[in-house]
Formats: sequence, C-alpha cells, structure tokens
Amino acid sequence: MSISNEQAQAYWRENLRIIMTHLAVWFVVSYGCAILFVEQLNEIPFFGFPLGFWFGQQGSIFVFVILIWTYVVSMNKLDEKYDVHE
Amino acid sequence: MSLDVLTFLFVGASFVLYIGIAIWARAGSTKEFYVAGGGVPPIANGMATAADWMSAASFISLAGLVSFIGRDGSAYLMGWTGGYVLLALLLAPYLRKFGKFTVPDFIGDRYYSQTARVIAVVCTIVISFTYVAGQMRGVGIVFSRYLHVDINTGVIIGMAIVFFYAVLGGMKGITYTQVAQYCVLILAFTVPAFFLSAQITGHFLPQIGLGATLDSGMSVLATLDQLSIDLGFHQYTEGKKSTIDLFFLTVALMCGTAGLPHVIVRFFTVPRVKDARISAGYALIFIALLYTAVPGVAGFGRVNLIQTINGADGTGTAYAEMPAWFKNWENTGLLAWQDRNGDGKVQYSAGKAFDAGKGKPKFTEERGEHGERLTSNAITSADPAVAAGNKPFANEVYVDRDIMVLANPDIAQLPNWVIALVAAGAVAAALSTAAGLLLVISTAISHDLMKKTINPDISDKQELMYARLAAIVAICIAGYFGINPPGFVAQVVALAFGLACASVFPAIIMGIFWTRHNSQGAIAGMLVGLVTTMCYMYYFAFGGGTPDQYFMGISPGGFGTVGAILHLIVGFVVSSMTQEPPQEIQDIVADLRIPRGAGEAHDH
Repeated sequence: MSISNEQAQAYWRENLRIIMTHLAVWFVVSYGCAILFVEQLNEIPFFGFPLGFWFGQQGSIFVFVILIWTYVVSMNKLDEKYDVHE
Repeated sequence: MSLDVLTFLFVGASFVLYIGIAIWARAGSTKEFYVAGGGVPPIANGMATAADWMSAASFISLAGLVSFIGRDGSAYLMGWTGGYVLLALLLAPYLRKFGKFTVPDFIGDRYYSQTARVIAVVCTIVISFTYVAGQMRGVGIVFSRYLHVDINTGVIIGMAIVFFYAVLGGMKGITYTQVAQYCVLILAFTVPAFFLSAQITGHFLPQIGLGATLDSGMSVLATLDQLSIDLGFHQYTEGKKSTIDLFFLTVALMCGTAGLPHVIVRFFTVPRVKDARISAGYALIFIALLYTAVPGVAGFGRVNLIQTINGADGTGTAYAEMPAWFKNWENTGLLAWQDRNGDGKVQYSAGKAFDAGKGKPKFTEERGEHGERLTSNAITSADPAVAAGNKPFANEVYVDRDIMVLANPDIAQLPNWVIALVAAGAVAAALSTAAGLLLVISTAISHDLMKKTINPDISDKQELMYARLAAIVAICIAGYFGINPPGFVAQVVALAFGLACASVFPAIIMGIFWTRHNSQGAIAGMLVGLVTTMCYMYYFAFGGGTPDQYFMGISPGGFGTVGAILHLIVGFVVSSMTQEPPQEIQDIVADLRIPRGAGEAHDH
C-alpha cells in the first residue's frame, strides 16, 4: 500500500459517505415511492400512469441506472484525490 | 417463407454464431477457464453480465408474471434491477480487488476457515442447480412450440450446444458467446415490444406507450383496470400483497440478486477495480433496456389477450373462430379450454377454469365436439362469483403465464420473422444463463472442493480437467431436470434467492465492511440464515403450512430478508463474544478497500 494509514482511513470514510448518500436515494425511490407511499403517490397522475405505480415499474429502474453512474464518477474522482487509482 | 423455415433459420444461425465464437475463444489455462484471463473490457463484461443475468425467467416469464399480477410485479422489476446498485456499491469493487476466482474463495480466505468455504460451496451449488433446471425447461418450451420437436429433444439439443462452448471455452468462451447472445435477446425482446406498442398506442416506445391514451379515450392502464374489475380480477394498478410482504419480497430479491454467485463471478473477469464499477453500470443499462420494456409488454399483452378471447363485445368468442395461436398453444399443453357453460364460446375471467387438481388441466388424448383438447378434470359449471354478480361468466381458460411473451407476437399478428426472432431470443436467454451457471458449478467443484479442500497438490492442467469433467456432469444433471422438471419450480427459485439473500450476501458484506468479523461469527451467521430460510420455505411448500400462518404476513419468497437479518444479528453477537480475527486477515480487509494494485485475478 502506497498511502499512509490515516489517508487510507480518510479515503474509506469518504467512500462510505458516497455509498450512504447513494443508498439513501436508492431506498427512497424503490421502497419509499413504490411500496411505502405508493397509495398516496398513486393519487398523482404522471404521463398516464399513477405516480406510485410508475415508480415501481419504470421510474425506480431509471434512477438505479443513474445512481450507478454517478457513483462511478464520484469514486473515480475520489480515487484520484487520494491517489489510489490504477 | 413459412414460420417454421424462418424459425429454423434464425435459431440455426444463432447456434452457428455461438459455436464459431466458442472455437475462437478456447481456454488453455484455469485462469482463462475461470475468469477469462481477467482481461475482459468493461462494456463487453457489461453485456455478458446482462446476458448471464437475464435468463428464461426474465425473457419468458417476467412479462407474463407482471401481466397477471399487475402492480405486485413491481417487486420483481425493482428487485432484479435494484440488486445491481447493491452489487456496484457494496460488492463488485472489493471482490475484484480481493482478486480470486470464486465466491467460496472469498468466504474461505476472508474467514480463514474450510468450514465456511464448504458452506459457501454448498450454497453456490444449490443456488446454481436450481436455476439451471428452469433454463433447460425454457429451451424445451421454445423448441416444442416453434420447431415441433418433442420437449425432451429440445432439451438435449440445448444441452449439446451449451456443452460445446462451456466445456471447451470456459469463462472465456462463455463471455464472448454471451456478448452475442445479449445482442440476439435484446433485439428479440424489444422489436416485438416496439411493434406491439405502436400497434396499440401509436407510440414506438413501450415505456411511453403504457401511459398513452387509446382510441376509446381511456388510457391503457385505466382500460386494464376496467377490464380487470369487470372480469373479477383485482385492479391492475393496485396490489394484492400487503405492504410488509411486498417490502420483504423486494429486499429478498435485491439482496438475492447481489448474492448470486454466477453474477458476482462476472466481476472477477475485468482488469481493474474501476472496471468492476463501470461494468456494473453498463450491465444495468443493458438490463434496463429489457426491464423497462417489460411493463409495456405485460400490459399490452394482457389487453390483447382479454380482448381476443372475450371478443369485441366482451361475451366470448366461439372456439371455431379462435385464431391459430390459441390452438397452437393448446397443443403444447400450456393453454386449455373447457366449456363450462356449454355455449361453445371461449370465455376468460378471474378464477380457476380447472378446479380439480390444483387448477392445472390434465389432458386426455381425445378431442371435444368443437375440436378442443379434452381433459380429465371434472367440469364444474357453478361459479359463486357469477351468481353474486361479480363477473359476467365463469372462467373457462387455463393460461400458463410463461406463454405471454412467446404468444404475444402471435396474438398481435406480427410478421413471421418477428416470431422467429423471439424464438431465437428466448433460446439465447436460456442458454447464456445456463452456461454461466454451469461454469460456476464446475468451478465450485474443481477449484473450491478439489484444489482448495480435498487435494491441494493437483496441477493446473489436472484442475482444468476436473473443471471440464464437472461441467459435463453438471450439464447432464441440468438436462435431467429439464426433461423431468420438478413440480415445484417456483418454490425452488424462491429458495435460490432466499439462500443467496440469507447466507451469501450478508457474509460478503460483513467480510468487507466489518474488519472485526471472525470465522465463528460468519459460520454461525451463515448457518442461521441458511437453516431458518430453508425450514420456513420447506414448511410452506411441503409441510402443510397455510398463508394465515405466515410470520408477520411474510410469504416464503420474502423470508430470505428475515434470514438475512438473523444472520447479521447472530453473526454480530457471536463475533463480538469470540476473539478477533488474526492480524493478517485484518490487513487483507484493509487492503481490499484500496483500489490500487488489483492487477489480474490471481491464485494466491
């Protein structure tokens, strides 16, 4: 390992923070919008779909794709910041 | 050209392509056999992962499932895609940095325990065999419908093809064949979806079409809701499952997806940690292309099915006037009609058409007065829901959910080449997944059992030979299950996800994110997750359990989540009470958190 222990820990903390923010969004769109609050959201029409239903069958999947890519970009930046990229 | 000739051409051409690739990408070493040499570009790995993941279940069954259960299908749509977010964020980069060949490799080394390794091997083999049986059945269905061969012959042809490229090419052959298979299957799914959507709604994209307004002035979903209520089904956009059950099922499917060994192992094949993350991103894009089209296909298929069978006036269609697809599928035994009210018309509504014998038709060799296939099920003409005025007529049709995607182009009267393409796509989906699974099984045996547990002294060449032998045996067993499918496929698939969710997934997560986790904690956790999940599923599948006995209302499919929670708690408690893992293990964990230096997948 080319970086110091403190740096490795700082890197890991920032990594965890990125993971947690992404997982928070992941949870809200799938479990929040499509399961827990689906009844309330279904009252709102969205391009011909009840909104809660749309999140369950389409919306959450689009958000998942975006999430992985923003994660990839943030991690690439983080790796360079701590000089641990390959 | 006739449909038969076209189908033969499409399927035949795809087989030639797969075999060609297999010959080009032969594996010479265990490293090529296990992880394709570790040099697969991320975009290719993304496509291969997508093909690996999207099985006969995704291609054939998923749209059918959503079509019949409506909103509750969201659990599968979200579960089987949301798992990739977990995979990309929590597993793939670290496992790639760890740099071994298999999931049992990680568990055995991280928990410095042969017991843990063997538990992981058992989970891997059970999960993978469960899955592979379903793939072979998928191939059989396609062959029997489109090539008019016996289901068994279809299974044997499928086995021969997989045998050729999996045994010869190993992971390298499989990876590049899967890239080709992805292209075939995604075309085969989206082309008919575009046609259907354009035909019904005027929008090409099914993602938009599902929200469109029909000529009648009602939206597609409102039409579906109306038809469903009229015929006594539950409303399409409302669920039948309780919120807690849907929640737990979705968690189990997501964590199960992220814990499936044949998916995880794909991330060992890329050169760098960065590439593992990127290929998860590509994989989900490629998967989402199909998955976001599924709800459209499901919805349009359902409208078409109901309107074709019940006719424009909604009173049913005379059997003699039913289109050819109805009779074709009747011949495969996946569709059946019995004239309960004796009016000669086919009528479709909620409820079971064939009450006796779990609702499945038992065909006799005879034909009825209208030319329909007769069954030995007793005819029950009374239906209390009709008497109560909840629906206009009793249901007379048995439809196997699996035929929705395959029958859709027939029902919508799409050109023959589209139907032939669908057949080739379904075969590609089934074969690509089967090959990935067989590879995982053979690796678990040759690498984790032979090399790492029983006889560490064997040479690379011998290990490769064992891997090929194990692949051959695994293909034969898979073929046996394809020809004699166990009658409990649905329960067994739920078991695969439950086991992956309750045993594999938490063990890997804790291994990465909690340095203090030791072998005692991991073994206790895995066993608790494994045993509770298996017992719960066994009790409700075979032990006579009834839904009112569900723990907190959670159906067996969602119980993997409870197993995973128990795994985490027991693992944490046991680990905290026993001594911490040796320093070298703690160093390994510290090291796998830093991307640099992943190099190639290596064997020690």
